[in-house]
Amino acid sequence: MGRYVLRRLLVAVPVLLGTTFIIYMAVYALPGDPIQALAGPNRVLSPSVEQALREQYHLDEPLLVRYGLYLAGLLTGDLGTSLTGRPVSEIIGASWPITVQLGVTAWLFMAVMGVLLGAAAGLRRGGPADVAVLGGTTLIMGVPFFVVAYVAQIVLGVNLGWLPVSGTEAGWPLAYVLPGLVLALYGLPQVARLTRTSVLDNLAADHVGTATAKGLPRRAVVIRHVLRNSLIPVVSLLGVSLGYLLSGTVLIEGIFNLPGLGYQIFTAIPQHDGPVVVGVGTLLVLVFLLVNLMVDLLYGILDPRIRLD
Amino acid sequence: MASSTLVSASTEPRPARRSGLWRELRRRPAFAVSSVLALLVCAMAAVPQAFAGWFGGGDPRRCDLANSGLPPAQGHPFGFDIQGCDLYSNVVYGARSSVLIAVLATAGMLLVAVVLGSLAGYFRGWVDTLISRIMDVFFGFPALVGMIVILQTLNVHNELTVSTVLILFGWPALARVMRGSVLATAGSEYIAAARGVGASTPRILLRHVLPNSLGPVAVLTGLSVGGVIASESALTFLGVGLRTPAISWGVQLNTAQQYFTSAPHLLIFPSIFLTVTVLSFVLLGDALRDAFDPRLR
Repeated sequence: MGRYVLRRLLVAVPVLLGTTFIIYMAVYALPGDPIQALAGPNRVLSPSVEQALREQYHLDEPLLVRYGLYLAGLLTGDLGTSLTGRPVSEIIGASWPITVQLGVTAWLFMAVMGVLLGAAAGLRRGGPADVAVLGGTTLIMGVPFFVVAYVAQIVLGVNLGWLPVSGTEAGWPLAYVLPGLVLALYGLPQVARLTRTSVLDNLAADHVGTATAKGLPRRAVVIRHVLRNSLIPVVSLLGVSLGYLLSGTVLIEGIFNLPGLGYQIFTAIPQHDGPVVVGVGTLLVLVFLLVNLMVDLLYGILDPRIRLD
Repeated sequence: MASSTLVSASTEPRPARRSGLWRELRRRPAFAVSSVLALLVCAMAAVPQAFAGWFGGGDPRRCDLANSGLPPAQGHPFGFDIQGCDLYSNVVYGARSSVLIAVLATAGMLLVAVVLGSLAGYFRGWVDTLISRIMDVFFGFPALVGMIVILQTLNVHNELTVSTVLILFGWPALARVMRGSVLATAGSEYIAAARGVGASTPRILLRHVLPNSLGPVAVLTGLSVGGVIASESALTFLGVGLRTPAISWGVQLNTAQQYFTSAPHLLIFPSIFLTVTVLSFVLLGDALRDAFDPRLR
C-alpha cells in the first residue's frame, strides 16, 4: 500500500510538470502586452516605470527561464503576484471556499438523487420508475447543461422566486441550491444508470437467491444483500465524478456569478493576468490529480479483491 | 465495417454476426428515430438553402433592424433575432458549424488515437511510456479548464481552431482504449504466425493488428459525437469558441441570454435544435454500441 501510494505520487510529478507547462505556455503566448493591459488602453507609462514593472514580473526574461522561476516559487509555496498587485495565494484563499461549497452541494445532490433513482429503477425492472429513470437520464445527457442552467434560473429563480438567482449573499446552503442542482445534473445520469445496472446484477446473484430462499423478508434482502453490494462500483464513480464536477464549476460559477476559482480564471484571462490563470489552473489540476489518487486508494479499501501493489 | 473487428473477441462465425447485427438494430425504435433525426441534421448542414427557404425568408444575412427581437409572425415561424434577421433560417444555417466541427473533431481524435494508441500498444517499451505519459498529462486537466485557457490564447476562432482544441483534449480517452485493444490483439497467435512467415512490421500492423483492434475505439468514437457537439456549443456559448459573424447555435444562445426576458424565443429555438441534435447523436451512439458490443455497456 505504502509503495503504491509513493509510486502514484511519483507518477503525478511529471503530469503536474506537463500540465503547468501547457497552461504556462498558453497563457504567456497570449497576444497583447500585459503591462499595457495593466496600465489601461490609453495611458502611456514612463519608460522607467515600465522597465521596473517588467523586471518585477520577470517579463524581460525568456519564457523558459520564467517557467523555471515560477516552478521554484511554487516549491516554496509562492504562487506569484497578480498583475493587480494582490498575491495569487490571497485570491485563491478568498475564492476556494466558494468552489468547495458549490462542489460539495452538487456532489451531495448527485449522490443522493443518483443512488435513489438508480435503486428505484433497478429494483423494479421495466416498471414505470425504470422507464422514467432511463428516459429522463437520456434526456439530461442530451440537453446541454448551460441551457438547463438558464431555464432553472428563469423558472425557479425569476418566475417562481423560490431561490436566489445568482451571487453568494444568501450564504450556504440557500445560494448554492440552484447552481448545485444544475451541476449535479451533469453527473446524475451516469450515477443513476450505474446504480441501476449494479442493482440488477446483484439481484441475480447467488447469495441473494440464498437469502430469499432461507425466508428473509424482501426488505432485509434488498437493504442488506443487494444495496450494500451494489454500492461498491457506485462509490468509485462518485469519487471520480468529484474531479469532473470541479471542471463543471468553471461554467456554473460564470453563469451564476459565484466568485469561486473558475470565476477568477474567467475574469483574469481577458485582463492578461497570467499569474492568476496559471496559479488557479495549477491548483485545479493538483486537486484533480489528488482526488483521482484518493479514489483509487478508497477503491482498494472498499473491495479487498482489488490488489494495489 | 467494424463489425468484423469483433471476431477476435468472439468465437461466432462472421456472417451470422453481421446479419444478427442488422436485425438487432432494425428492431430498436430508438435507432430508427435517432438515425432519421441525425440524417436530417446532416442534410441541413449540407444544403441549408433547401431547408431555409420553406417559410419565405431563406437568407440568414438579410436583416431589417426594424424587426429586431420581434416574436414569431406570419412567414417567420421562429420570429426575428436582435439584428432583425429571420431566426428560422439562422437556426437552420447554425447546423452547419455544429456538424462540421463534429466531423472534423471526431475524425481528428480517431486518427490521432488510432496512430498513437497502436504505436504504444504494439511497440511497448519507451514508445509506450512516452505516449502514456503524454496521455496522463491531458488526463490531469479538468478538460473544460484546459480548453478555455487554450482557446482564449488563440487569435482565430473558427471551426478549425475549435476542432483542434477539442481534438487536443479528446484523443487520450480514445487512445487509451485503442492501446488496450492493440495490446490484446498483438498477443494473439495469428500475429505470431504472421511474424513467423516473415511479414514486415507495417504489414502486420496494417493488415492484421489494426482491423482486429478497431472495434472498441470505433464504438467509443460514435458515442462521443453527441458530446463533441455539446462541448462546442458550450465553449461558443462561453465566448471562447466561434464568434459572430459566424452563424452557430452557441453564438445565438450567447447573444440570446441578455434578452431572455424580453425575447425568450431567441433562447428557445436554438436550444431545441441543439438539444434534439445532441440527443439524436447520443441515442444513435448508444444503439450502435449496444448492437456492436454489449459488453461495453
